[in-house]
Amino acid sequence: MNKKTIEQTMKWVLLGTAFVSLLILVGIIYFIFDNGFLAFMENGLWNFLFGQKWSLADNTFGALPLIIGSIYVTVGSILVAAPVSIAIAVFMTNIAPHFLREIVRPCIDLLVGIPSVVYGLIGMVFLVPLIREHLGPPGYSLLAAITVLILMTIPTIVSVSEDTLRAVPTKYKEASLALGATKWQTIWHVILPAAKSGIISAVILGVGRAIGEAMAIYMVIGNSFSIPKSLIDPSRTLTSNIVGQIEEAALGSTHIHALFGCGIILLLFVFVFNSISFTLSKKGVQA
Amino acid sequence: MNVRWNKIVSLVAVLSFVAGISLVTVGCGDQSSSSNAGAGTTEQEITYSGIIREAGSTSVLPIAEKFALAFMDMYPNLEITYTGGGSSAGVKQCAAGTVDIGAASREVKISETDLISIPVARDGVAIIVNENNPIQGLTIEQVTKIYTGEITNWSEVGGNDLQITVYGREEGSGTRDCFDSIVLKKLSVSPTALAKKSNGEVQIGIQEDASGIGYVSLGYINGVKALPLNDVECSIATCQDGSYPIVRRLYFITQTIPSDAVNAFLNFCRSEEGQKIVADNGFVPLVH
Repeated sequence: MNKKTIEQTMKWVLLGTAFVSLLILVGIIYFIFDNGFLAFMENGLWNFLFGQKWSLADNTFGALPLIIGSIYVTVGSILVAAPVSIAIAVFMTNIAPHFLREIVRPCIDLLVGIPSVVYGLIGMVFLVPLIREHLGPPGYSLLAAITVLILMTIPTIVSVSEDTLRAVPTKYKEASLALGATKWQTIWHVILPAAKSGIISAVILGVGRAIGEAMAIYMVIGNSFSIPKSLIDPSRTLTSNIVGQIEEAALGSTHIHALFGCGIILLLFVFVFNSISFTLSKKGVQA
Repeated sequence: MNVRWNKIVSLVAVLSFVAGISLVTVGCGDQSSSSNAGAGTTEQEITYSGIIREAGSTSVLPIAEKFALAFMDMYPNLEITYTGGGSSAGVKQCAAGTVDIGAASREVKISETDLISIPVARDGVAIIVNENNPIQGLTIEQVTKIYTGEITNWSEVGGNDLQITVYGREEGSGTRDCFDSIVLKKLSVSPTALAKKSNGEVQIGIQEDASGIGYVSLGYINGVKALPLNDVECSIATCQDGSYPIVRRLYFITQTIPSDAVNAFLNFCRSEEGQKIVADNGFVPLVH
């Protein structure tokens, strides 16, 4: 075989693998929509999205408390995690002495890799009793879920945004400092704007992790079918609902279709976030 | 450093070699004994080998394990495994043929399939609270009101001034089915009730939560306080004589034509000997 034929075959092999990944994605979307669309038909789209009652006995499935729960935990955790993470990343790239960065970075990478169920366990054993004791029962609450998610998303956001900040050319920083700007002015007016698109991508990655997390949330949120009125009320998310009920759902029933319907909503959320991230990172390249 | 590594590697190699050998011998021993038994089958010494897989209700789990241990003592070549997952999961897996016996704390619904449900024990559903809760008992009406959200503070039923945390189960749970049909009847449970996936999770939750109330199978009342209902203590005796109100049957579910081994196992569970195991382990025997 000469070099040319090898190159040609490899080209087709690689094309094939790329095509397979596309096929898997299409397959997943088809499978989820095939089952989940029936939920919209059987319950009516409006009732499914805005109904507040989810009852197997009455065969009515309204996912509004779940959607609101998912949004609350995601927004709540990102509002805290994003600024903290960006601050950590800035500290590590621009302020911290070299040896400290060498210690912190591996720790952060390790934290990214810890399985979510471990975070859930810590939340269940440590956080839930703490909240119950100091803020009142039941302890299983929105607050517990948000706190666990904050711990989970910070390493992800820090890890990605640190890479972006490090990629900012040193000459920007040097030029700014040479013009007499302080360190703070340099970070705020030069480095952060230069790394903006990457940081936004990092935050959206964190959002994706938060909204998709199931097990850790299931363990601490209490899983009640109510729209929470305060941070210490229990709640339920789209993901924790699927985890909690899929084992008990009979195949081909409206119940399982409704669970797939929750899957569709999650898929749409993720699709929207990814599109935003994609558009923003493209803008970054142009600028 | 190198020498040390070599030593470790050779040690591991030797160990795995020994393990391999012993596995092979054990395997051979197993085979010969089972073929012996098969060859010498007479009427008194029928033997069963292979594996019986069970899955399903966490309420049935403790008693199913005891059944399995006793039956495996009688037939050492037989292995019985049990995995949880809930009543509906048991029914589903049995219908799909991935397990030989499904365990459920409710009967198979006609809509599910034409599997057979065989009662193997009875069980009370205990209303439990934290051990530090001063409450000495409730009426069924009070429990109903607590679960529908009409009563929200322990002081309304004679306890401390503390908000009640209601622990429930996910829909599809056999324990929940039983509780809902006897206690809640047509009413629906308060939306703020927590939902747990198993008896054990409710038990652990209540153990740590002074404000909690939950319902679990009679086999899961260690470390929590099982409340008397309508002044009737929750015990095997009161479930047996019918004075305790929340009692249900526990079922093993099989395909329409079970294998010989499964059949023998089910007969064993329902036999006097089997029902003695039921009584010894905190469940309520069937009425013969």
